Amino acid sequence: MSDLRTELKQSIIEQLNLEELSIEDIDNDDSLFGDGLGLDSIDALELIVLLEKDYGIKLTDPNQGKEIFISINKMAEYIESHRTK
Amino acid sequence: MDKARNQFITNSIRIKNEEIFLKRESILSFDSKIDLSQFLKDSYKKLALRYPKYHKMDSLCKLGILGSSVLLRSQHFNADTALVFSNASSSHDVDMKHVKSMESIVSPAVFVYTLPNIVLGEISIKHKLQSENVFFIEDKFNADLLVDYSETLLNSGKASSVVCGWIELKNDQYDVLLCLVSNNGEIPFTKENLEELYRFENE
Repeated sequence: MSDLRTELKQSIIEQLNLEELSIEDIDNDDSLFGDGLGLDSIDALELIVLLEKDYGIKLTDPNQGKEIFISINKMAEYIESHRTK
Repeated sequence: MDKARNQFITNSIRIKNEEIFLKRESILSFDSKIDLSQFLKDSYKKLALRYPKYHKMDSLCKLGILGSSVLLRSQHFNADTALVFSNASSSHDVDMKHVKSMESIVSPAVFVYTLPNIVLGEISIKHKLQSENVFFIEDKFNADLLVDYSETLLNSGKASSVVCGWIELKNDQYDVLLCLVSNNGEIPFTKENLEELYRFENE
């Protein structure tokens, strides 16, 4: 279970070019947007791409992202119940 | 014309061949040959830019942020400082990256940089500029165009200073000259002086 969370942190750092962050800097409950990691709207689109590429999850409604991309824990829970690969 | 004579090249930066020159003096160079990606990363660290968004940008924007940040460091400039940029290859490198990404799932973070004038927006955000800006695509460095356009902005009162120059990038080969033009300085803002600055490290 924690492996998926670590994998997600690593993917987010790499895909979103968060060069100045390491896995240890991100807590599982940290907000991904706003005061947390400070991700922006383009990052949100990249996260949608990440879900499809890495886990075979296709979000048809971008608004779903608001409920999924809250924190690493929320993302991991969604992936665990919806992944196709 | 009288007004034009009161305008000077206050500061200039040249970025080429893994080296950065400020007012023709080398401020950063590397012992061994490094590729563009490493050069942009190492320069960011060595020049202590502290702007995390830099890492998300394409190489053209990184060159623009790197150049403008060093150029404007310790300089007085207002929010109406205009940007007059030019190059020959537009956003070629990131365009090619985008085309390649179309083989699978397109990256939104790559796509958003597929216009050359995005660098003007990134520089404006970083330096809090709310000003006129323009990006010309020219076959080669055109000092006449840069001087004419910048003078028009300065003389009409639309800008109190201008950052103008050339920011070329193609196949990871880069060639940058940016100048801060204002009413302070010793080098008159003329076509000849601008060409001379461009020729420096280019011959």
